[in-house]
Amino acid sequence: MERPLTGSMRPDGLPLSIKDYEDKGGYQAARKAVTGMSPKEVQDLAKDANLRGRGGAGFNTGMKWSFVPMGDSAPRPKYFVVNADEMEPGTFKDRMLMEGNPHQLIEGTIIAAYAIEADISYIFLRGEYKICEKRLAAAIAEAYSRHYLGKKIFGSGYNLEMRLHTSAGRYICGEETALLNSLEGKRAIPRARPPFPQVSGLWGKPTVVNNVETLCNVPHIINNGAEWYKGLSRSQYGGTKIYGVSGRVKTPGLWELPMGTTIREIIWEHARGMREGYQFRSVIPGGASTEFLTEEHLDVQMDFDSMQKAGSRLGTGTMIVIDDHTCPVGAVHNLEQFFARESCGWCTPCREGLPWIANILHAIENGQGRPEDLEILAQHTDSLWLNKTFCALAPGAMEPLRSALQIFREDFIRHIKEGKCTYGKNGNNLH
Amino acid sequence: MAKMATIYIDNKPYTVKEGDNLLHACLSLGFDIPYFCWHPAMHSVGACRQCAVKQFKDENDTLGRIVMSCMTPAVEGTRISIDDEEVRAFRKSIIEFLMTNHPHDCPVCDEGGECHLQDMTVMTGHSYRRFRFKKRTYRNQYLGPFVNHEMNRCIQCYRCVRFYRDYAGGRDFGAFASHHHVYFGRHKEGALENEFSGNLVEICPTGVFTDKTFKRHYTRKWDLQTAPSVCVHCGLGCNTIPGERYGLLRRIQNRYNGAVNGYFLCDRGRFGYEFVNAERRIRQPLMKRSSLPVPREEVMQHLSRLIYFGARVIGIGSPRASLEGNFALRSLVGEDHFYTGVSAMDARLLEKIIMVLAKGPARSSSLAEAGAADAVFVLGEDVTNSAPLLALSLRQSVRLKPMEIDKRLHIPEWDDSAVRNAAQQEKRPLFVATPYRTKLEEVSTQAYHAAPDDLARLGFAVAHELDNRSPAVKGLPKKLHTLAEGIARVLSQAEHPLIVSGTGCGSEAVLESAANVAWALCRKNRSADLCFAVPECNSLGLALMGEGSVSDAFKAVHDGAVDTAIILENDLYLRAETEDVNSFFDKVRNVIVIDHSVTGTASKADVVVPAAAFAEGDGTLVNNEGRAQRFYQVFVPDRDIEESWRWLRDIMAASGRPGLKHWTGLDDIVQAMSNSIKAFKNIAESNVPAGYRITGQHIPRQPHRYSGRTAMHANISVVEPKPPEDKDSPLSFSMEGFSGQPPAGLIPRFWAPGWNSVQALNKFQSEVGGPLTGGDPGQRLFEPVQESTVSYFDEVPGAFSPRENELLLVRVYHIFGSEELSAMSPCIAESAPGPYIGLKPEDAELFQVSEGRDVRISINDKEYSLPVKYLPELPSGVGVLPAGLRGLEGLELPAWGRINNQAKG
Repeated sequence: MERPLTGSMRPDGLPLSIKDYEDKGGYQAARKAVTGMSPKEVQDLAKDANLRGRGGAGFNTGMKWSFVPMGDSAPRPKYFVVNADEMEPGTFKDRMLMEGNPHQLIEGTIIAAYAIEADISYIFLRGEYKICEKRLAAAIAEAYSRHYLGKKIFGSGYNLEMRLHTSAGRYICGEETALLNSLEGKRAIPRARPPFPQVSGLWGKPTVVNNVETLCNVPHIINNGAEWYKGLSRSQYGGTKIYGVSGRVKTPGLWELPMGTTIREIIWEHARGMREGYQFRSVIPGGASTEFLTEEHLDVQMDFDSMQKAGSRLGTGTMIVIDDHTCPVGAVHNLEQFFARESCGWCTPCREGLPWIANILHAIENGQGRPEDLEILAQHTDSLWLNKTFCALAPGAMEPLRSALQIFREDFIRHIKEGKCTYGKNGNNLH
Repeated sequence: MAKMATIYIDNKPYTVKEGDNLLHACLSLGFDIPYFCWHPAMHSVGACRQCAVKQFKDENDTLGRIVMSCMTPAVEGTRISIDDEEVRAFRKSIIEFLMTNHPHDCPVCDEGGECHLQDMTVMTGHSYRRFRFKKRTYRNQYLGPFVNHEMNRCIQCYRCVRFYRDYAGGRDFGAFASHHHVYFGRHKEGALENEFSGNLVEICPTGVFTDKTFKRHYTRKWDLQTAPSVCVHCGLGCNTIPGERYGLLRRIQNRYNGAVNGYFLCDRGRFGYEFVNAERRIRQPLMKRSSLPVPREEVMQHLSRLIYFGARVIGIGSPRASLEGNFALRSLVGEDHFYTGVSAMDARLLEKIIMVLAKGPARSSSLAEAGAADAVFVLGEDVTNSAPLLALSLRQSVRLKPMEIDKRLHIPEWDDSAVRNAAQQEKRPLFVATPYRTKLEEVSTQAYHAAPDDLARLGFAVAHELDNRSPAVKGLPKKLHTLAEGIARVLSQAEHPLIVSGTGCGSEAVLESAANVAWALCRKNRSADLCFAVPECNSLGLALMGEGSVSDAFKAVHDGAVDTAIILENDLYLRAETEDVNSFFDKVRNVIVIDHSVTGTASKADVVVPAAAFAEGDGTLVNNEGRAQRFYQVFVPDRDIEESWRWLRDIMAASGRPGLKHWTGLDDIVQAMSNSIKAFKNIAESNVPAGYRITGQHIPRQPHRYSGRTAMHANISVVEPKPPEDKDSPLSFSMEGFSGQPPAGLIPRFWAPGWNSVQALNKFQSEVGGPLTGGDPGQRLFEPVQESTVSYFDEVPGAFSPRENELLLVRVYHIFGSEELSAMSPCIAESAPGPYIGLKPEDAELFQVSEGRDVRISINDKEYSLPVKYLPELPSGVGVLPAGLRGLEGLELPAWGRINNQAKG
């Protein structure tokens, strides 16, 4: 099984130096793209490979690039931004990619930036990722020293600057337009679309924002072609995926597997099943803002369409397993409290609705729930849904709640009826 | 003409402007859609989610999807429902969300009864509270003497911060924190620094920001007697709505006029009103020989003896009195004995402005037009302090329009965040050339600081670049020539260039050079506008009426030709040097002062009669644009207080002088004025006559819920008095009358069923954000002469050369303190700086003084001792003195001052 993204990483967790990376074929793809391909060819190749964004939304990456105005009449400078603000609960895949092989990200960024003729690139990094920061900064310096960044890279006529920006830390900065506002030094509030960042993004100029994992795929596509890339996958979407499992499984962690691997295989083969004494109850498949799935969905393939069909989303592809000792009300409360705290405060339903939800869940979990609470929660899942809120944060927060209200309905009712949490002291956490 | 589109609202077709957002379109059509974050002047950002409607793909789509009407453009065939059950429930849920944290303190909240949040809550039908948890609470801040802060009431619509920072350019106020703890305030307590902070009171849809001056004598909106008025605190003539109860003026609110002030007022205009309630008011006739107030009859008898037929009487008018007051005085004393009562310098400058506007090809721009200019050249005027709302307009003029950014982006003009994100720091051109650094420079393309003569030279140089028939400037340094070339190039490329100047730096040459620039542009077939700032509310009107300054009046007295002087609403000590005024008073046998407040002049008078302040009478003022605007009496003052013109009419009648006037109401005197002075020929054209009735009814000054009508004075008498009669206007001092919409100039308050807040204004406009229904009020008195043959001004001053041991002192303006009437209001007085002298640090060093230390300076043989303030960007050899501040009144600037501190050897 090929593992293009992680296969070359060191077993000790230390990063590949630029020499290690180049010894394993690193920067060949960037050289090839920048010196031997037109930006349009790079865009088309990514499109053909059916590379989908790995940040959660799953948009065709080549397509995203193709909306950027090109040529001499295009506004300048153009920007390329790496979204490395990984803050989705339960998600730590980008961290692994950046810590283990920072040059892979830099190379992917060079190619992607070249595809849109960007002049300046930024890596917007989650502030807490201190190790990533150190390793990326060192890697960027190495890349500059070999003229892979800066003026006339690889001896071509193409110039690209790269800057590392560490975030002050808000979940909303993962939303690409809030990220751009934050990068401009403004409040991290999402922007309305249209206009899309591809035409009016960072400082009003054409900008593409891509996720770390997405970009790490790019050099391999350039090196091996679209057909090879599609062949890696078990579904119609190209490539491999970094899947992750957290919760009470035997070996929580991350694995690079073919896109479309089933949930069962990931949990029972790679995470080696549930810990002794714990039964599988449910799973949030793709970070906190996806719907719960249960036993009946275990054979669903983890890819964009299959997950949607099952009533959830692939999201970040890093799942949180809920066992039979974990109180689902407490778990949902924990998530909603997170979302309430991370709301940027711009639009009303999100700003005011999420704390209300968190309050109700806290009340139910602590034995102060009322029968009408379930109806109020259900109404929130509607009022905080897509289009009704300004961005996707609140709808994302509603996904686990909405499914929990169905799947764990009995639990909610029992909490309210008995006036206490029925899971005991240890039920109210999510680790 | 805008392209129109047919849209369907709940299945009925309507024609709207294509591309407008649906909220704008629906409100303009008269529909009620609740909203918070959208504001007609600040447009859409889509934050509050209150204005949701349901949009359908086509007539077969029955599901539809919820969209925000403020963020959705109207295109041909757009189908929406306002009434759809699901979207109504959603709008209700938004109010429910907002109410989770909103305190239930309406009964003690100043906003109660005129609260947009209350109105919207009622509109959506939310009435039952389900949220049972703790509300979040905040700490409030002290924000200065104008605005009160009560953050717990905040619904986070972001309007305040969008106005304060994005619209008005303020820096000391912002949004803090995140999620449901977002906080709007300053980084620490302290007075708000922006000149337009008072607009927060009207911008805020609920009671977070309320009027602190109003709070001290609070009355509910429904208990305020109101009338349409005009601000008296600068020359722009912003339209206002003053409110009164129990004889006390309680507050000023904005009165929308699409051509003038739009939605906003400056803080001087909003909070300067308290002089009307001040201790200094003159409420009864006073005579020098009596320590007690004198009955009216006795005063009239006395006055009739002084002004007998044949007595040599002169009249000194005032730029802060109405046209009618000035005209009545002029009628009483005769044209030859009437003096306008402005300083000799102001008289010259104003005469020049009128000549330029009435004879030349450039049009005087309204404030609204100034905001729409695409290239601006400010020559010599600190507009932020002398004509504040003009500065607010110019701040909007520099904003790029989406089409200018990149039309490929297809950003609608109303998509405020998108426009700002795309435009970033890029701005339309604004050149500012002033003696000292002004605040407007924050948004300027380039700034230039120089002595007035050098400013004029820059102006002349620009004009010469544009048209070489305009005189050239000799010996212009290369750098300045390059600057002039650049300005000329930008102006000539603009479609609507605007030249701003004014009386501020006291230089005729500056005015002339500004006129040359505008005229040169006009002759290049550019529709160049001119906008001159003038010092007072009726400066231009008075100048249209007559010439003759205070100095001319003094000269007449010196020549011994005067027995009696009648001084109308004017403090001569602000117009001329103290010694000259004193010697004038020494020489005139009888001095009669008609004024509303005790001034230095009033205290010298033999007879003082109490005049109505602006809220107590009717009259006409002409603003800097040349727009005659009527202000209406708000309330009936104490018995003896009357409009000046009424006093003068009665004095005329009592004295038996010829030409006795039978003016019973304002219309009569306006007619007389229109007949006898050419400039005022069309002044009555847009006036609504006093006899005007709608369905036989008056227009009530009191709202229909005005409470305690029969009990208001029951502690004095249980007999309900007949409401006073109003001979001057169709308004009544009553709650009875026509309850619908009156003509635009007569709107006493903005109210519509279900709309109790200022937002009711939407219902009074022909289109939201557009002119008032029936046209914006006011009558322009002059238009440019299209084929004007007026020749360019050709006296280019020589370059300024600094003098040893001397400084050229020019005026510096302060929004708070430089204007006489507002400075009598406590909150404005509190905000005014003390007198000082502004020096360039290098110059100060030369004179061996430093910041904060006193410098002794002789101006016209009089010595002043003033603390030094460093102004690093002053030109060498130039100092500034604050105009009108205590201790510096009557000082005519620019003037040379000799520094008496020991100069450095």
